Amino acid sequence: MSPELIVALLAAAVQAAAPILFATLGEILSEKAGVLNLGVEGVMAIAAFAAFITCHVTGSATLGLLAGGLAGALLCGLHSLVCQVFLGNQVVSGLALTIFGVGLSNYLGTPYVGIGTEGFRQFAVPLLGQIPVLGAVFFRQDAMVYLGYFAPVAVWFLLSRTSLGLGLRATGEMPAAAAAAGLNPQRLRAFGVMAGGFLCGLGGAYLSLAHTHLWTTGLSGGRGWVAVALVIFAFWRPGRAVLGALLFGGVMAFQLRLQAAGTNVPSSLLLMLPYALTVLALVFSATRARSSARKAAAAPAALGVNIEPEG
Amino acid sequence: MKHWMRTLGALALTLGFVLAGCQKGPDKAAENATTAGELKVGFVYTSPVGEAGYSWAQDQGRKAIEKLGVKTEFVESVKEGADAERVIENMARSGDQIIFATSFGFMDPTMKVAKDYPNVKFMHCSGFKSAENVDNYFGRIYQARYLTGMVAGLMTKTNILGYVAAFPIPEVIRGINAFTLGARSVNPKAQVRVVWTKTWFDPALEKDAAISLLDVNADVIAQHQDSAGPQEAAAQRGKYCIGYNSDMSKFAPKAHLTAAVWNWAPLYESIVKEVREGAWKGGRSIWWGMDKGVVDIAPYGPMVPKDVQDKVNAQKALFKKGEDKVFVGPIKDQAGQIKFAAGVKAEDKDLLGMTWFVDGVVGSVQ
Repeated sequence: MSPELIVALLAAAVQAAAPILFATLGEILSEKAGVLNLGVEGVMAIAAFAAFITCHVTGSATLGLLAGGLAGALLCGLHSLVCQVFLGNQVVSGLALTIFGVGLSNYLGTPYVGIGTEGFRQFAVPLLGQIPVLGAVFFRQDAMVYLGYFAPVAVWFLLSRTSLGLGLRATGEMPAAAAAAGLNPQRLRAFGVMAGGFLCGLGGAYLSLAHTHLWTTGLSGGRGWVAVALVIFAFWRPGRAVLGALLFGGVMAFQLRLQAAGTNVPSSLLLMLPYALTVLALVFSATRARSSARKAAAAPAALGVNIEPEG
Repeated sequence: MKHWMRTLGALALTLGFVLAGCQKGPDKAAENATTAGELKVGFVYTSPVGEAGYSWAQDQGRKAIEKLGVKTEFVESVKEGADAERVIENMARSGDQIIFATSFGFMDPTMKVAKDYPNVKFMHCSGFKSAENVDNYFGRIYQARYLTGMVAGLMTKTNILGYVAAFPIPEVIRGINAFTLGARSVNPKAQVRVVWTKTWFDPALEKDAAISLLDVNADVIAQHQDSAGPQEAAAQRGKYCIGYNSDMSKFAPKAHLTAAVWNWAPLYESIVKEVREGAWKGGRSIWWGMDKGVVDIAPYGPMVPKDVQDKVNAQKALFKKGEDKVFVGPIKDQAGQIKFAAGVKAEDKDLLGMTWFVDGVVGSVQ
């Protein structure tokens, strides 16, 4: 492979990683607060549509981005309502959210299939974009990718450097203790789920606004599920989420390029690669979490457990 | 008690999600049956009609026969499988005399319903099964592919053409081969690089696939899928692209050279005429070409020079006359083995079962 090809491959990997990264960070927030959300796939689908239709109507990509995030937050608010107020099973509600989200985006979106939108275009960051190799890989992307560079830092900062983050984590580990400390676990959980939904929504918005610039149904294409798996791979840490997303995006971009380079490996095998890698990553994380017995690699203790009301 | 209500509430909400998530049922079919005499025709599409693409092209055929005074109805976005059977059966029951099932995956559902409704005439597109009241039909789109290959071969500067391919089935492979043969007929140095996406419609993935081809210096991108993703990729890089199914120039006005397009009107009009005259027969495989106007290429983009147009038009004129020499030997496969000796013309059964790439294609056929 020539150097230009490798640079192109890496740039494509960064782009493919962006939507997955947003969704993975969103799911980390939700799970850190103790709520498992398997609805990411559906949330991304709805958000992709909300972002597209807003951009299509108003002509503003920024408004579209916000609409995608808000749609994600709203939909996850529904999940929060089911799990926290009605004490519904988090797994079932999340799965329902996926079916609901994908179905609703198909229903609402069918009349608009094939319609293009301006969205976000790639541009070079002044100065940084001129750096050899690194500039081409990281700084000739679109605005949402640049936003994606800040998102993991923001999530990390929120979780480990603010009292709100401490409260969130406490709620995810032991809600009773959090309540005893004078916090409101229910409110914290709702915040975690909806803020996480906002991030997942950005991931969905990325697909329609920055990746395809075109609306079609089925845009999420399994990326939401990959995000759920990557949370475990990332040990619930934003930094490792970046690694996971890049790895997945990289393999996705790599297999297409391997085909384009004229390899004789059957394409079915190559197309399987990203998913095989996800499974491998999960196995690796699981064994590592067990062997090291390090708390840092373990899931939040109260993940998936609803808070029973007192009395 | 309180707990009970909560659980119930949660259940109801969850159920609500699921129900709302289900797509709207295609119930247009069940409406009214018509009086005898008046011909009523149903169309089943696998994707939304939208503004371009495979189902859109089918729908143009439907509109054409409506002008003949035929009543038509259609159901779009029908999933291949049990759903299709229900939709087709609804149409048969509601009194449609002819039903066009326009996707490969509707084959078995069509055959099943056809057995129960012997008086209804079924037309299945792109399959291989037929019965007393079922014909299958398709068009020789490979002729149009050959012409688009010629355009690509004449327009390329790098001699590398990219092809974003759907699934490795004979229909797609035949298209790639015809495209390659067309390109090499005018430019022996041209090679065609293939990337499979294993999708019919995934704009994000198909766009990425096109980008990966552009990265290896392909400067013309052709495609088989229905999405405009590859067109967008080519336009963004300032390279050329070739559409499929319908004219895709609106997605990439500066990049779109031409497209291999369907024009179902002549075939559908002829079927309606046959049924009206009582001349329709089941059990046929109808495979029309450019001579009958079922396939064509879209108008050339402004960047295609006159001499290129002339060359391609000369070949097009031969197709129009019914002279089809796309798959006439000598044709070698990728390994250099002779598949059709000089002067030997491939039979239709060879074309329908084609699972190998011709010389000049770079990539795996699987």
